[in-house]
Amino acid sequence: MVEYVIYTFLGINIIFNLLGSFALHRFPDVYTRLHGATKCTTFGTIFAVLAVIVHAANQLHVTGDPKYLQMALHSLVALIALLLTNPTGAHAIAKAAHLSGVKPVRAVVDAYEAKLKRERGGEK
Amino acid sequence: MIAPEFFYSALIIMIGAFLSVLRVLLGPTIPDRVVGVDTLNTLIVAGMVLLGAAYDRVIYIDIAIVYALLSYIGTLVIAKYLPGGLR
Repeated sequence: MVEYVIYTFLGINIIFNLLGSFALHRFPDVYTRLHGATKCTTFGTIFAVLAVIVHAANQLHVTGDPKYLQMALHSLVALIALLLTNPTGAHAIAKAAHLSGVKPVRAVVDAYEAKLKRERGGEK
Repeated sequence: MIAPEFFYSALIIMIGAFLSVLRVLLGPTIPDRVVGVDTLNTLIVAGMVLLGAAYDRVIYIDIAIVYALLSYIGTLVIAKYLPGGLR
């Protein structure tokens, strides 16, 4: 029973992480690549850590070794660190890419560019 | 090797890591390469957690925590010092 839960979580993890890395090659510019890769790999890593937590809880229930409690808690801390830092880093990359002059391919509306132009116009 | 399912899923995640290294090598602009490195860091953290469960070592998961925080700092430093980037 527990094995099937672990297999399901690992399957979701593999599918979403591979989709994230294929998205790096299927999208035309930086912003869409960042969109696909960051969302998919973050969602896949959540399920990898969930599989490890279910495995550790099962082993703790079977053997009673406190090492497995430590494993579950530490992987939860790794997941929280990743969930806090990954979207922030992606936002910083996107903003720095736009400010360093990389334009979106085939974009019709670029609201951030219009906002920057308005601010520059207001300063003068 | 105690839990082979974790080992093989970490192996498949390494295929995704190879694809993102390919994007780092091919990327036409510098932010493309940074996106590839960011994806590679996330995949390596997932692989380290899975390998820690596969080999029954908690110390691998501790190293994954430190790697996640340090890769975040690296990404922010690259974003700050791109030409014309964050100020």
